[in-house]
Amino acid sequence: MALRNYETVFILTPVMSEEEVRTSVDKFKKILTDNGAEIIHLDNWGLRKFAYPIDKKNSGFYTVVEFLAKPESIKTLETEYKRDERVLRHIVIALDKHAVVYNEKKRNKIKQQNEAQ
Amino acid sequence: MQNNSYNNNNARGAKAGLLNEPLHKVENRKKYCRFKKNGIKYIDYKDPNFLLKLVNEQGRILPRRLTGTSLKYQRKVAQAIKRARHIALLPFVGDMLK
Repeated sequence: MALRNYETVFILTPVMSEEEVRTSVDKFKKILTDNGAEIIHLDNWGLRKFAYPIDKKNSGFYTVVEFLAKPESIKTLETEYKRDERVLRHIVIALDKHAVVYNEKKRNKIKQQNEAQ
Repeated sequence: MQNNSYNNNNARGAKAGLLNEPLHKVENRKKYCRFKKNGIKYIDYKDPNFLLKLVNEQGRILPRRLTGTSLKYQRKVAQAIKRARHIALLPFVGDMLK
């Protein structure tokens, strides 16, 4: 099966230290790479306030991962999310061609800004 | 909803013969689909500031007859907003100040 572009966002509970956040993000990264996924981009938004309280909490660590994966591996990723109780909310999206172009352009723009500074 | 009141005025106007102007001026500048015009192809669900422009004060999705967007992009907008609500970037119902 061909690799397809996917994008996932997951929110980790705020009652965690910086260290634990890093380990859990790495855990999901490892799950992806174990299933033959190729991570294009990983973006930590850090602590961010919610628009409405989730599970009595008002903020959480957002992580956005854009990756190439086999369609079968998405199911295992989803079960991992459900199994881990520190993940408050997660979403996995298949990207169409316009989305891939959009993400590409956005990353180049950020890269140029960094070089400009 | 706006058009009906417009016709009623005319109907009454025709009978009464006095009313030549609709009571409220119907603001009918040509609406256009902002996505087709600016060539936007993908609506990012992770960007709440842009999505706030397509949502009214209570956090509900604006209908096409007000925004004038084409059906194809209105569906993409609706899906992006629902995804943003799922990951708590947009409130489901809120009295956020616009």
